Amino acid sequence: MVHAAEQPLALRRPWPCRALTLLLAATSGCRDAASDELLVFAAASTHAPMRAIAAEFEAAHPGLRVRVHVAGTPTLAMQIREGAPADVFVAADERQMRRVTPDSRIVATNRLTIVTAANNPHGITGLADLARPDLLVALCAPEVPAGRYARQACERAGVSVSSVSDEPNVRALLAKVALGELDAGVLYETDVRGQAGVSGVAIAPGHNVIAHYPAAALSERSVARDFVAYLQTSEARSRFAGAGFLAP
Amino acid sequence: MSSSRDNALAKAKPNVTSRGVDRSGFLGGALATIAVLFFLLPLIGLAARAPWDEPGRFFAAPIVEALLLSLGCATAAAFLAALFGLPLAMWLAARDTFSRRLVRVLVTLPLVMPPVVVGVALLAAYGRNGLVGGPAADALGIVLPYSIAGVVIAEAYVAMPFFVLAAEAGLRGFDGRYSDVAATLGASRWWRYRSVVLPMLLPTFAAALVVAWARALGEFGATVTFAGNLAGSTRTMPLAIFVALESDLPAAVALSLVLVGVSATILFCLRDRWLPRGRSR
Repeated sequence: MVHAAEQPLALRRPWPCRALTLLLAATSGCRDAASDELLVFAAASTHAPMRAIAAEFEAAHPGLRVRVHVAGTPTLAMQIREGAPADVFVAADERQMRRVTPDSRIVATNRLTIVTAANNPHGITGLADLARPDLLVALCAPEVPAGRYARQACERAGVSVSSVSDEPNVRALLAKVALGELDAGVLYETDVRGQAGVSGVAIAPGHNVIAHYPAAALSERSVARDFVAYLQTSEARSRFAGAGFLAP
Repeated sequence: MSSSRDNALAKAKPNVTSRGVDRSGFLGGALATIAVLFFLLPLIGLAARAPWDEPGRFFAAPIVEALLLSLGCATAAAFLAALFGLPLAMWLAARDTFSRRLVRVLVTLPLVMPPVVVGVALLAAYGRNGLVGGPAADALGIVLPYSIAGVVIAEAYVAMPFFVLAAEAGLRGFDGRYSDVAATLGASRWWRYRSVVLPMLLPTFAAALVVAWARALGEFGATVTFAGNLAGSTRTMPLAIFVALESDLPAAVALSLVLVGVSATILFCLRDRWLPRGRSR
């Protein structure tokens, strides 16, 4: 049985070569198509406005396709450093942006907010309440920008919050509050806006931390620079504002 | 391939491995080499990125803490999976009925579910607002999320299918006549199981346990969702690696290499010492 199987395979030996040739042809084909395509790496929190902005930019540039790849800022930065062919990078964190390129422009800012279950059942009014022993509170991990900013805000408010879990990203934190497994957490205002099952409680402006969203053109293509310039126009700003972002 | 045939082969020609390669021919050998490289190259790539010039980063206190927690929780989860999984595997292997087929699908489902979804499902059942989690917390004061017990439960849920399916496959392949012969010699049901079935199947169960342990050790999604991530109590190695990846790639690589190195050593020692000895019995 083994020998019977071996014979035809030996006769058909060239097939792996053919498969390889096809594969190479297919991948090089993708490379060619990329010339009228703009690849934008955007921080997860900017998903909704970036999609709208990309559509408007496409409308103004016939024949161009803008692909928006969305993930957490550190993941995107790592992918870019590992050679991902991004034309434009929109980050939620200036530190991560500096690891990729020194040349960037702030296109939006974001504020922190306290997130609670819908209609705030525990009557949380500000950061000071997060120290209440009867509440299960979590922040994002200090390695994540949202976690770093949240700790800065608590420090400014003079509140010591014991996080029961250092959540790896804002989505995980939001999901646990929505599921009722946490009473409160701190994340961005744009994360809470329009989300079912959760409410936001404003943080006093004196204690709040502003997150800056820088954008940069990574490729030499002029259309990449045009896109970054477009992000700073009033049209793009109104898209960001619609999602809860503040002007830079 | 029955184990008796394996043994006969082993006696006829001690070097079974080289014979296997001979049979598969040049193409087989080439494909197998590609398979080995496929697994090996990413590990070499990882090692190339490691901060070798700062050896202290491999032995930092948070790493040791997370590693010990990981090893402890994975071991507990694997034995928990075996304790409940072995009777389940025996029941599944005993006969082929509709209800057993349904249960087998149920046991296989955690393999299909994304681990983060498993975490959400565990919260929906055993969390504060869960089906049984709420009443359990009120009546008994048992709270699983954000605790070590939560880590073990999440890992056991994900690892148990590996144990049950592997153990069941072993039980199905078992030749019942050995047990029948023992019965003709007057062995009771329990005695037959203890002195005939279990010794013959021990290597299979051990292998099932090892696979479940390895799966539990690498568990991330269900753990972070159900048990959370807190240094010292629920932050296992995969969680520490994921969080480090957000800010400090060399630290994440160092953590990964420690996890890979320790688990590879343990797996190698188990294969070398434990499994063959079980087989020769």
